[in-house]
Amino acid sequence: MEDFWVVVLAGLKVWVYLIVALLMVPAMFGFSLGISETYMKILVKTLEWATLRIQTVNKEQHIIESSSSNGLIQRDDGSMEEELGELRRSRPKPPVGGDFTLSDCFYFYRRGIEDIVEDEVTQRFSSEELVSWNLLTRTNNDFQYISLKLTMVWGLGVFIRYCILAPLRITLASIGLTWLVIGTTAVGFLPNWRLKYWLSDWVHVMCYRICARGLSCTIHYYNKENRPRKGGICVANHTSPIDIVILCNDGCYAMVGQSHGGLMGVLQRAMARSCPHIWFERADMKDRHLVAKRLTDHVNDNTKLPILIFPEGTCINNTSVMMFKKGSFEIGGTIYPVAIKYDPQFGDAFWNSAKYNMVSYLLRMMTSWAIVCNVWYLPAMTQQEGEDAVQFANRVKSAIAHRGGLVDLSWDGGLKRAKVKDMFKEEQQKMYSSMVVGSEEDNSSHSD
Amino acid sequence: GENGTLSREDFQRIPELAINPLGDRIINAFFPEGEDQVNFRGFMRTLAHFRPIEDNEKNKDPTASEPLNSRSNKLLFAFKLYDLDRDNKISRDELLQVLRMMVGVNISDEQLGSIADRTIQEADQNGDNSISFNEFIKVGNLYFVYLET
Repeated sequence: MEDFWVVVLAGLKVWVYLIVALLMVPAMFGFSLGISETYMKILVKTLEWATLRIQTVNKEQHIIESSSSNGLIQRDDGSMEEELGELRRSRPKPPVGGDFTLSDCFYFYRRGIEDIVEDEVTQRFSSEELVSWNLLTRTNNDFQYISLKLTMVWGLGVFIRYCILAPLRITLASIGLTWLVIGTTAVGFLPNWRLKYWLSDWVHVMCYRICARGLSCTIHYYNKENRPRKGGICVANHTSPIDIVILCNDGCYAMVGQSHGGLMGVLQRAMARSCPHIWFERADMKDRHLVAKRLTDHVNDNTKLPILIFPEGTCINNTSVMMFKKGSFEIGGTIYPVAIKYDPQFGDAFWNSAKYNMVSYLLRMMTSWAIVCNVWYLPAMTQQEGEDAVQFANRVKSAIAHRGGLVDLSWDGGLKRAKVKDMFKEEQQKMYSSMVVGSEEDNSSHSD
Repeated sequence: GENGTLSREDFQRIPELAINPLGDRIINAFFPEGEDQVNFRGFMRTLAHFRPIEDNEKNKDPTASEPLNSRSNKLLFAFKLYDLDRDNKISRDELLQVLRMMVGVNISDEQLGSIADRTIQEADQNGDNSISFNEFIKVGNLYFVYLET
């Protein structure tokens, strides 16, 4: 019996040494041994094979494939004026400017039914559907049993993911976080020399690298010359809390957010010791002036790290970019936009906070194949003459959406939880009324 | 809901539908008389009105009952959206209600009233000051193609 425990202990020792040597040391010093690259290559080959198998079987059985690019239905995307004009086409135009026909309502009914079948907004709050299955049960929406080989590969995948990769990743992640707390607290005791900032940066990046290995992230950074500089604000599209890990792997940022209790609180306080972050009490967040003042002070100090802000305010599923809240654009610093796009084939990074809490989300992340993402640093932007905060925000949003290949929407991400304001309905009504009544000049020239 | 049925609130969470001036009417069309839940079957029946007409359907058995997405059934669907009290006529009041939903507060009552009167005048043929289904079809047939999504 004792021999058994001796063996187990020896095994654990070997395990830990391996982890330290193969994963932690490279992470600490920023070079790579090529293990993850090999893993990714094998993974890609396997997934391609699986896709081919599914496609051949589908062809044999004449299963209809849906094309995900076109959406579910065909729509005529004309504006209200164009489409109502079409509807009224064959009627003679009455002498008075405006017009109403019984069939005008058809336009609204049609748009309404189209929106019930498929609308732009609610689909952004759940995970993206994949074109082809990636051997994870969780993405298995309507893929059916194909063949024994495929099922065996899937079974092997389950084993690898849950029994080998997941414990490894959990170990790494806990090491990374513990190191972060210890390291930043230690650096916090040093007086404010240059050395302190350099050390603080190094500790942060190192721990984030370990965490990234803990999630098997493969990140490609593009346009590093546009990386955010001190005294600026970095804005990015938001998909999950992992965005922070991804961005901080390549630079240090000051974070803004609500101060939490518990484990998050420990992390936050530790990080705040070594370099200034901006953590708010929940009560303060409601006071916009206070928030704006603290941000402005931070931005105006050129020695402080760039602030990282996610203007959408909530997690979106990485197929689109939703409305940017104007608060961060009113501060007046230089804005460094960053576009983050995850590759859904290897693992779905979207945090559906209605469905999963943080812990189950992290476990899901650790049992996916990998997290692959592309990060584009866009050139800096500043508010131009005559442009107000909302227009500026929209300009930045379009740039990010364009770069990342995401759909640019102007709907508010807050619609995830809140209802839409009546104001928009009134706008539609106003537009329609102007078509019914006609323009002012027409009406004034014909008196009743 | 996630219990196999949809309620009115579930529909209202679709933002584009919520800002559609006639959104509430459309939502109502899914729910059978007096009920607050619709199951998948009922949902599909209502949506089936909007399928495009396929050519091979014309060759089908002529004695079978008309498919839901035939022209006249589509028009009947639109007619019922106007005709709230289901008396098979669109009265002036019912027309005014729909008009009011579409224009909001931007048009005065008198103007709206005269628009409604004019519309009824144009469509009404038997002089009963309301629009029956047959009169509606005559107006609607020119535009039926627009209901095909």
